[in-house]
Amino acid sequence: MRGSKLLCALGGLYAALACSSAHALAWYFPSAASSMAQEIDHLHQYVMWLIIVIFVGVFGFMFYACFAHRKSRGHPAEQFHENTTVEILWTIIPALILIVIAWPVTKVVIAQKDTSSPDLTIKATGYQWKWGYDYLKGEGEGISFVSMLATPREQIDAGAQKDENYLLEVDRELVVPIDKKIRVLATAADVIHAWWVPAFGVKQDAIPGFIRDIWFRADKLGTFRGQCAELCGKEHGFMPIVVRVVSQEDYTKWVAQQKQAAAAQAEDVNKKWDPKELVAHGEKLYSANCVACHQANGRGAPPAFPPLVGSKVVNGPKEGHMDIVLNGKAGTAMAPFGKQLSDTDIAAVISYERSSWGNKSGIVQPAEVRARHK
Amino acid sequence: MSAVVDTHGHGHDHGHEHHDHHGGYSGVMRWITTTNHKDIGTLYLWFAGIMFFAGGMMALVIRAELFEPGLQLVNPDFFNQMTTMHGLIMIFGAIMPAFVGFANWQIPMMIGAPDMAFARLNNWSFWLLPFAATLLMLSFFTPGGAPGTGWTLYAPLTVQQGIGMDFTIFAVHILGMSSILGSINIITTILNMRAPGMTLMKMPMFCWTWLITAYLLVAVMPVLAGAVTMTLTDRHFGTTFFNAAGGGDPVLYQHIFWFFGHPEVYVIALPAFGVISQVIPAFSRKPLFGYASMVYATAAIAILSFIVWAHHMYTVGMPVTGQLFFMYATTLIAVPTGVKVFNWVSTMWKGSLSFETPMLFAIGFLFLFTLGGFTGLVLSLVPIDIQLQDTYYVVAHFHYVMVAGAMFSAFAGIYFWLPKWTGKMYNETLGQWHFWLTLIFFNMIFFVQHFLGMAGMPRRIPYYPLMFETWNKISSIGAFGFAVSQLLFLYNLFTTLKSGAQAPQMPWEGADSLDWTHLPTPVPYHTWETPPVLK
Repeated sequence: MRGSKLLCALGGLYAALACSSAHALAWYFPSAASSMAQEIDHLHQYVMWLIIVIFVGVFGFMFYACFAHRKSRGHPAEQFHENTTVEILWTIIPALILIVIAWPVTKVVIAQKDTSSPDLTIKATGYQWKWGYDYLKGEGEGISFVSMLATPREQIDAGAQKDENYLLEVDRELVVPIDKKIRVLATAADVIHAWWVPAFGVKQDAIPGFIRDIWFRADKLGTFRGQCAELCGKEHGFMPIVVRVVSQEDYTKWVAQQKQAAAAQAEDVNKKWDPKELVAHGEKLYSANCVACHQANGRGAPPAFPPLVGSKVVNGPKEGHMDIVLNGKAGTAMAPFGKQLSDTDIAAVISYERSSWGNKSGIVQPAEVRARHK
Repeated sequence: MSAVVDTHGHGHDHGHEHHDHHGGYSGVMRWITTTNHKDIGTLYLWFAGIMFFAGGMMALVIRAELFEPGLQLVNPDFFNQMTTMHGLIMIFGAIMPAFVGFANWQIPMMIGAPDMAFARLNNWSFWLLPFAATLLMLSFFTPGGAPGTGWTLYAPLTVQQGIGMDFTIFAVHILGMSSILGSINIITTILNMRAPGMTLMKMPMFCWTWLITAYLLVAVMPVLAGAVTMTLTDRHFGTTFFNAAGGGDPVLYQHIFWFFGHPEVYVIALPAFGVISQVIPAFSRKPLFGYASMVYATAAIAILSFIVWAHHMYTVGMPVTGQLFFMYATTLIAVPTGVKVFNWVSTMWKGSLSFETPMLFAIGFLFLFTLGGFTGLVLSLVPIDIQLQDTYYVVAHFHYVMVAGAMFSAFAGIYFWLPKWTGKMYNETLGQWHFWLTLIFFNMIFFVQHFLGMAGMPRRIPYYPLMFETWNKISSIGAFGFAVSQLLFLYNLFTTLKSGAQAPQMPWEGADSLDWTHLPTPVPYHTWETPPVLK
């Protein structure tokens, strides 16, 4: 009777909690979309049950003592203070339990580390604060794009209604085929990031200057979301990872689309742009790539993020401006955008910066950037 | 309870005999010039208390910001500064000095020594701390503010920080110097100044845990100093220790840092174990079970702590053999830790238990620290850790060890020894309220964070996806409840010091170390000018 009342009370509490948020109460690993995530879940449950049994056992003794061996009940204190047999037993038995735990875990560790013979190899590059993806080997080889947070700033900074996938949505998702071994090479351009998709059970730190690999084989169709897991500066919370798992046919179609789009967009760098068009194009790119640090009003957040208003670089010779945007600045958050944006895009951003917020230092044509881009 | 050997200590009017008791100075100069281990212990404890409230305020800013998924109070940059400074202040400013304070007060009294071995050095080790803390706090007022890198100060994010980073690096240097000097003092005192007949294996467990801790500190603080110095030269002098472009490696920083960082966990935990090992037998009215195995277990934990550091780094991409080695070594720590827990429970078994505030905090410690130990076992397993690394599960885990572990133990120690030190008895009802509220709100803050971590919330993010909202709200409400509960402690402390009832000679009948059995309550300013003789 008392037990069922307790259960009711707990159930009520759970219902109250669940209702207090429009969202289902997430309290456990997201449902697995790869056999690796499944294995991790199984191991976790296995270890948790062992722990619960030991915990209840040990503290059962303690609480029984608290109840039965109280002074207020008149329990006299015994004076024993050692027992070699017991002490040896409780050293050996936990050690044996550890072996029982370690055995299945070791097998999973070895499997996790086996990145051999993948069907598709993708490089994931962490930038402050977005992910770059390059399809290196396998179907789709040559596809390359940058994936950025798509949640509007009004939802983050102002009280605008937040979408379902607030902070977990990007402009371009990583697309992979189902049931294929995908090897991810993680690296970074500036500081350490971590590429993490919980539903696949993969997490890998992305270390600047080094390449580390992991693999996953998605066994469910759908969109899976994760976030950067290693503190990487002020926008650390704003660089989600979104992976769309599609069927083999859909993947082949997607690859074809990407190739077509890339060919269509292969712009002529020698085209002379109309300054107004170039600046307008630059404004869009600026608000996607630059505002986080230099702010929409170009005033930055000194001293870490210098202002562009009245800046010596922006108002100085074009060459200096192009160099810093193309190559970044070592030791700061200024990334080398020459690796992320096309020459046309860089020309557009520079032109926008040079003709906004009172700066009047003229525009830069794509061909000039191409000449400077080594 | 009689047989007081100290011939200078009977007078309760010691406040009037400055030439004899306070080294000739009064007022603030007494505290600045003091070489008395009790005064210095008091200074350490007040310092730790102030830092505890400073770090706590930062925690409140963090929890207030996380009350809702979007921007509340502070921007992401300041949020990162808060997480960094909360960690540094709590570890180096609050927990470590608190236990050094206990060591200063208790070790000489427990082993029958008149003072610490190097009394002037002792003064200096304390007075370094306020300068280090000031330097650390000043970093907030530099252009760019305090570092926003997390307390681990990982490269190369540290290279991007403003001058506040350099302030922090120098503060860490000074804090490390203070710790090393304090440790040398403790080691020397314990090894050379024990009363005749006080063999090592007769020492109270608290002295043993501190002896081992002091060795850990001397071994690892220079390693931390090295790590932050390399950061400094990478920042300003063109070295590339942690920069691949110059042949360095960002992961090298993590290896060095955690070679310090993991023993550091035990630097915090072992003295806490020591306090608990004094409190539980006293309130069980029964000797500590398995004294010898307790000493061996403490030493085993300390030695193992040097070969497990890379379990903080399972996701950096180590070779499989590396991962397996660090996993096996880490799980092994469960064995000596288990021995300790079993010993404590066996000490209580068939005792004659009573549950005054120190014992409540000790039992709270035992229960919650073990829970934190078990989540540590979960995290030691590579595949599970890969899912949980850098999530709120880790945050929950180490707060169970640091707060429910070290802090509960510190509270147990304060309530336990306060009557001895001051001769005043705290208010037991308020003490018990303090315990229960702290216990409830602690779990409200941190238990739910296990769920957040498993569901996938990364740590150190200022805003979060909507599915994490409920747990964060509960956690934030708990944080404010926790803070208010600590005001109750402050109130109890101040009223006790000002107008507490006089403590009896033996407030805890089961306490059996020399300070309780052979010294008057309150303890006089100087004790053991003639060492006791133990047979």
